[in-house]
Amino acid sequence: MSHAEDHSGTRRDFIYYATAGAGAVMTGAAVWPLVNQMNPSADVLALASIRVDVSAVDPGTQLTVLWQGKPVFIRYRTDTEIALAREQDGALSELPDPMARNANGAEADTALDANRALPLPEGSADPAGSWLVQMGVCTHLGCVPLGDSAGDFGGWFCPCHGSHYDASGRIRRGPAPENLPIPVASFVDETTIQLG
Amino acid sequence: MAGIPHDHYEPSSKGEKWLDSRLPIVGLLYNTLMIPTPKNLNWMWIWGIVLTFTLVLQIVTGIVLVMHYTPHVDMAFASVEHIMRNVNGGHMIRYFHMNGASLFFVAVYLHIFRGLYYGSYKAPREVTWIIGMLIYLLMMATGFLGYVLPWGQMSFHGTAVITGLFGAIPFVGESLQTWLLGAGAVGQPALNRFFSLHYLLPFVILGLVIVHIWAFHTTGNNNPTGVEVRRGSKEEAKKDTLPFWPYFVIKDLFALAVIMAIFMAIVGFMPNYLGHPDNYIPANPLATPTHIVPEWYFLPFYAILRAFTADVWVVMFAEWISFGIIDAKFFGVLAMFGAIFVMALAPWLDTSSVRSGRYRPMFKWWFALLVIDFIVLMWAGAMPAEPPYSIISLIGATYWFAYFLIILPLLGVIEKPLPTPATIEDDFNAHYGTEKRGGKTVATPAE
Amino acid sequence: MLRTLTLTSALALGLSAGMATAAGEAHVEDFDFSFEGPFGSYDQMQLQRGLQVFTQVCANCHGMTHVAFRTLADEGGPGLPEDQMRAYAANFEVFDQTLFDGEGDFRPAAPADHFPVSGLATAPDLSLMAKARAGFHGPYGTGLSQLFNGMGGAEYIASLMTGYAEEPECALEGEPMDGFYNTAFANGGYPDSCKDENGAHTVPGTWIAMGQPLYGDDVEYADGHSTELEHVSQDVAAFLMWAAEPKLVARKQAGLTGVIFLTVLAALLFVANKRLWAPHKHPEH
Repeated sequence: MSHAEDHSGTRRDFIYYATAGAGAVMTGAAVWPLVNQMNPSADVLALASIRVDVSAVDPGTQLTVLWQGKPVFIRYRTDTEIALAREQDGALSELPDPMARNANGAEADTALDANRALPLPEGSADPAGSWLVQMGVCTHLGCVPLGDSAGDFGGWFCPCHGSHYDASGRIRRGPAPENLPIPVASFVDETTIQLG
Repeated sequence: MAGIPHDHYEPSSKGEKWLDSRLPIVGLLYNTLMIPTPKNLNWMWIWGIVLTFTLVLQIVTGIVLVMHYTPHVDMAFASVEHIMRNVNGGHMIRYFHMNGASLFFVAVYLHIFRGLYYGSYKAPREVTWIIGMLIYLLMMATGFLGYVLPWGQMSFHGTAVITGLFGAIPFVGESLQTWLLGAGAVGQPALNRFFSLHYLLPFVILGLVIVHIWAFHTTGNNNPTGVEVRRGSKEEAKKDTLPFWPYFVIKDLFALAVIMAIFMAIVGFMPNYLGHPDNYIPANPLATPTHIVPEWYFLPFYAILRAFTADVWVVMFAEWISFGIIDAKFFGVLAMFGAIFVMALAPWLDTSSVRSGRYRPMFKWWFALLVIDFIVLMWAGAMPAEPPYSIISLIGATYWFAYFLIILPLLGVIEKPLPTPATIEDDFNAHYGTEKRGGKTVATPAE
Repeated sequence: MLRTLTLTSALALGLSAGMATAAGEAHVEDFDFSFEGPFGSYDQMQLQRGLQVFTQVCANCHGMTHVAFRTLADEGGPGLPEDQMRAYAANFEVFDQTLFDGEGDFRPAAPADHFPVSGLATAPDLSLMAKARAGFHGPYGTGLSQLFNGMGGAEYIASLMTGYAEEPECALEGEPMDGFYNTAFANGGYPDSCKDENGAHTVPGTWIAMGQPLYGDDVEYADGHSTELEHVSQDVAAFLMWAAEPKLVARKQAGLTGVIFLTVLAALLFVANKRLWAPHKHPEH
């Protein structure tokens, strides 16, 4: 064979490496959409956030809505319930879970009712703490707790394994490890809460 | 493999030997990949790799689409729109799958016509050819089943027409059709089961493709000269062949890249060109489209199916001789499948002692006519079933059968073929102008 | 041999191109749209104008059930600001089965909801109308017109809007026709009095059931664009093209990227292939 090959050795190899490289890039570019198509589609993402009209909710009652496949408790608390929740703040040091578990606040916030209740919209005539929004999923094994002052602490009670939550949704007794988590939520106008 | 003497895989490291004695898969893959391949293969030999790639493309995009599709008459159409509008990249994946089917058939037709021209179907490659015909039939079935799934107007009414063909079979036709549809007409049962079968058949195709490759690896590839690789010794074989990897893998990948560039342009810029707008209308059993047309790749056979009407003399003859059992509708069905059947019989109908069409001067003209005939039938299949198109379809269908049943057998007898090259090496050297090779009479340039 | 053959047949088919429409066929005008061609894209203002026409005229009878209101705010579309999109959606009512303790009730539409079904049972849904119709055909079944001009769905819609015309004289002879004469519509009723002795149509178009929806000046555009019939028709046709194919621009971009990358890859493979085969094809080097 001709000795000219030896000089062009690296040049010849370069073309093969460049081609292999280009091929690898193309393959990656082809594989990525196949993986990405399993990510949530536009319609699922659109429902990542919903708006709930709470104008028809009476004080002392709870509206349960389904959001991202899970129940959300939206409770319009009476003055008595708010007062009870404030009173129960006193037990903070004995709470099984002393953290607020509120996605709208800081992670280090303690579980005071003020850190859990939903901030009111501008110009609202209601007393602070009137609205409590939390996930309706027991933090033990996922059952939906019963509301309307159920359980021994004037809040919610999970019938599956007997977890008691107080008027601010904090776990007081039973196997559940954490307070009912509070999702990203806010009032977008006087009668509409946006979840997510 | 291939009976061509060559170096086989030898496990060298301890790890390789361990595996090889338990499952010789590395050896199998190595020998398959390195198989000696005739060095004079031209660009009509690339379609195999295009077909394999497209099969993988269809399976992968298909599996992805199934993640989002709903096979229910009330939701199918909307689920396809969901894919087009909501699923990340869904529109591209759907268009790839839709046009991938067309690419699959373009490639298979070129692949088949290559085989017809170069005599690849002739002994000892008959089994490869038959398996190929079976793959082709399964491809048609798969394409037909898949087209139903979007549940558009053409999906529905096209399925009604084609399943209606089964009803044309004498005696058992109606029960067969009902059994196929799971009901008296196309509806939910049909949609569900066609979905299941559409998912299944590509894997059957995959299995047959592996057997197909096994078959032509056993005999060795054909080549444009039709002259076999020399099998006397390894040295001789090396003069006629080159290992598949890297020479033909890289060559095929180049061709694949060019074809994919064209495919990408079609998917990106004209994805609905080969389709029918009526399929963007949700299926309505009560409203039949004015012109029901199948997808383009079925058109030649659709033309043959419709060509044989009750007034055609051969149909009238068949009806008479079968005491009315074979009517025009059934004759059309027989003709349609018969067209593929006679093609499958090519190995035994072709009497020529010369394999490749390159050296058969008379054959070339008749073959050219066959290609034109195929294209004309394809065009006629899209036209309404009335004169002059019906007559053109009949002439086209007649020529198709005549080519296989009359011309091929006759040509081998009456044709005087051109001399074939002595070896593949000679043919290769003739192409690359290397009289200098063999170096006897001409001086080599100083190095 | 094979290659010459394929090229010759393609050429033969190409040369057989004749008149796209004969005397009595429906006529579709080849309007220019901004989204045509490999580098085409939607004109956001045109889509907004088209949305306005759709809302004020077409939506009275026609639905668009595959289009979600939230897509009106999507990039590449009419691009309404989010609050405007929400307000637009709230104009529509949807039936929600989960309301009223499972009995169901109507509520204002949210962004995630879709446009309603057609109010008039005989009015087809317009979500895919631009893809469900071909504007161009043939010639003589070769498909060449669509190859060069595109499928022509939007052109068909615009032509339909502008295609309403006075009934031809021949139609006045016999029984009055049901519907309205339209030169772009091919699938409607046609009077025998307008057929020649072979049964062929002597005037273009047929009679469509839909009354003329646009006359020009049907809406007032905030951006002051012309409200002539031709422009209003093109605006709504462009909007319907977006409604049918919202990902059109993304697709063309992907196509362009793919073609460029694959061309580069093909070039690299070509050189690699040449290098690989050189010792065998030209052993003196």
